[in-house]
Amino acid sequence: MSAGLAVIEVSVGFTERVILDGVSLHVAPGERVALLGPSGSGKSTLLRVIAGLLVPSHGTIAWDGADLADIPTHRRRFGLVFQDEQLFPHLDVAANVGFGPRLQGSTGAGLRQRVGEMLDLVGLAGYERRRVTDLSGGEAKRVALARSLAPRPRLLLLDEPLTGLDAALHDQLAGDLAALLAATSTTAVHVTHDPAEAAIVAHRVVQLGDLMNGGA
Amino acid sequence: MVVLFVIPFVTIARRGLTPAGWRVLSDGALWQTLGFTVAQAGASAALTVTLGLAPAYVVSRCSFRGRGTLATLITVPFVLPTVVSASALLAVLPAALHRTTLGLVIAHAWVNLAVVVRGVGAAWANLDPDLIAAARTLGATPRAAFRHVTVPVLRPAITAAGALAFLFSLTSFGIARLVGGPAHPTVEVEIWRRATQSFDLPGASMLAVVQLLLVASLLAWWTARPASPLHARRTNDRPARVRDLAVAGAATALVAAPLVALVARSLRPTGSGWGLDAWRALAPSRVGNTVRPSGTSIGASTGASTGASTGTSGGAGSVATRLVEEPLATLVTSITIAAVATAVAIVLGVAGALAIVRLGRRGAHAADTALTVPLGASAVTVGLGLLVTFDTGWYDLRGRWILLPLGQAVVALPVVIRLVLPALRAIPADLRAAAATLGASPGRVAVGVDLGLARRAIVAAVGFAAAVSLGEFGATSLLTRTGSPTAPVAIARLLSRPAPFQLAQASALAVALGLVAVVLVAITDRFREAAVF
Repeated sequence: MSAGLAVIEVSVGFTERVILDGVSLHVAPGERVALLGPSGSGKSTLLRVIAGLLVPSHGTIAWDGADLADIPTHRRRFGLVFQDEQLFPHLDVAANVGFGPRLQGSTGAGLRQRVGEMLDLVGLAGYERRRVTDLSGGEAKRVALARSLAPRPRLLLLDEPLTGLDAALHDQLAGDLAALLAATSTTAVHVTHDPAEAAIVAHRVVQLGDLMNGGA
Repeated sequence: MVVLFVIPFVTIARRGLTPAGWRVLSDGALWQTLGFTVAQAGASAALTVTLGLAPAYVVSRCSFRGRGTLATLITVPFVLPTVVSASALLAVLPAALHRTTLGLVIAHAWVNLAVVVRGVGAAWANLDPDLIAAARTLGATPRAAFRHVTVPVLRPAITAAGALAFLFSLTSFGIARLVGGPAHPTVEVEIWRRATQSFDLPGASMLAVVQLLLVASLLAWWTARPASPLHARRTNDRPARVRDLAVAGAATALVAAPLVALVARSLRPTGSGWGLDAWRALAPSRVGNTVRPSGTSIGASTGASTGASTGTSGGAGSVATRLVEEPLATLVTSITIAAVATAVAIVLGVAGALAIVRLGRRGAHAADTALTVPLGASAVTVGLGLLVTFDTGWYDLRGRWILLPLGQAVVALPVVIRLVLPALRAIPADLRAAAATLGASPGRVAVGVDLGLARRAIVAAVGFAAAVSLGEFGATSLLTRTGSPTAPVAIARLLSRPAPFQLAQASALAVALGLVAVVLVAITDRFREAAVF
């Protein structure tokens, strides 16, 4: 089996309807894949299955050839940027970004340095003590991205990370995101419904519909 | 409202802040009582939160058959009259825990469990599961996600529920007096004891002032606390796992056990063997009297139980004899008095709410704050206030029948306003303006627009006020002097006797009173639009 992420024949069905039907996808290390599809087509569901938040009814998720079925979410080292950010409202910006590194045992000056680096990377240097409830839409998305990258995930999943921004900000952030993922050579699966955004961010663009039943 | 609220409190302060009152402050026993009251309230709140968290999660987040029933069952102890709760706990707790601090703490936790399950459960239901998912993708174990995300996000709700449980345990009277017993009096019990048994009104008033300061500082913190940062998204519940069902089962057993024990005790008139004698004896004159304890023994035990109350012993003795002959009559008395109290509370409460709305933004905050004070001011203090206010001059109402429903109305008034005010506030001002342009006078606007649109809330307020009045025990204990006692007072008197038959009769009467209260709340709860607390 190949290096990187392998999604093999994954199906997800809830009681009354099938969301994913035999989806297969390979993502090589360092590759950025954009996953396109209309809303409701199951893109977010696929990301949740990859992250281990949702158990598929059939199929396998593997990394570097190893089946991840028994590996819980927190040990997969797959970051996920949520569409609605899901910043922890009880923590400030620094504590949100430092959440992952702290769980890895980082403390004190090392932790502060990592948080500073991450905020630098997303263009929010000096935002450490801000309350996340006071951030603008664009700032919140940058913090969410910094938080997901901080624990150095081996794969970054992005679920419509730029949705809900005005056009100018959206285009700027899409460029920033592409540059940032390239600079950190992050392996990524980027879910979006916007072909232009997909073209900017990803090496390779796939339609979810083409992945079903052994396609692509 | 001024007559019923302000004057009594001012009078208490005047009575308390006298040389005789100040003397109480230098009495070591007072500080001991105060320390014990705060300590038991703290322990009660801690136990309530500890016991309530798991059921709060299960009821708010897991789907299983009977979940709605469990949620309702958990609120039953909270809406039961306190004497009924006390009877149930005395029925289930082993005798070794009667009149002990541990028994008192357990009793408070049982009664206030709903405060935690409802308060924390509401926050938990609104906690976005993706927040936990985010923590998991960042490397958090389920336990770490709970510790670092769930608990901190729910902390405001947990703190609020704990504070409410603390407040209710601090000012509880019925439970403290009947389950806690005389060896460890709380401030409430001590106010009642001084006012009715040692006739130390200055001392009682001073204690009431101390209690009021304590409650007011707690409420000041309560109203000033920041709003929860919760960002809510209602999501699907997940199917219950075995562990969740075990929690649901344990919660059901915990809540139901005292209720079952209460019913069982009412069916065991001799302490061994089953029978309906205690129920039949509720109305012996109608059904025929087979089991009637002799009047003299009742008189003797009443004298013993009321101790030093020489001033009322004659009256109380004859009342007690009559009560044991026909306990059902006490229920009728309760319902009659509660009806008058409810009418008074509704008229004053709705008028007050209309006035607060008309004050607009200027008066709104002050009114909100002022209204929380009677919520925390204990019923015993209300009773004491009326007692010391209406005992002189032309408005001497002592011994008058009307004083009792007035006291109950004052206790129920804050509940009425809290239920009606949000409904009135939700009415757009332009709706009133439109009515006025159509020729409606301010009075017509109030009746046609405000009361019309708030009628559901008013119906709910009627039900809750009636339930509060029906089970009211604190103010009633101070204001009952003559005439027939209410059902709660009768239950308390019967409970003070160790004989199995009286305990069975107290239990039977408690079951009847509890049923009336629960049915009343259940019927009117569907009209409720605002939270009572």
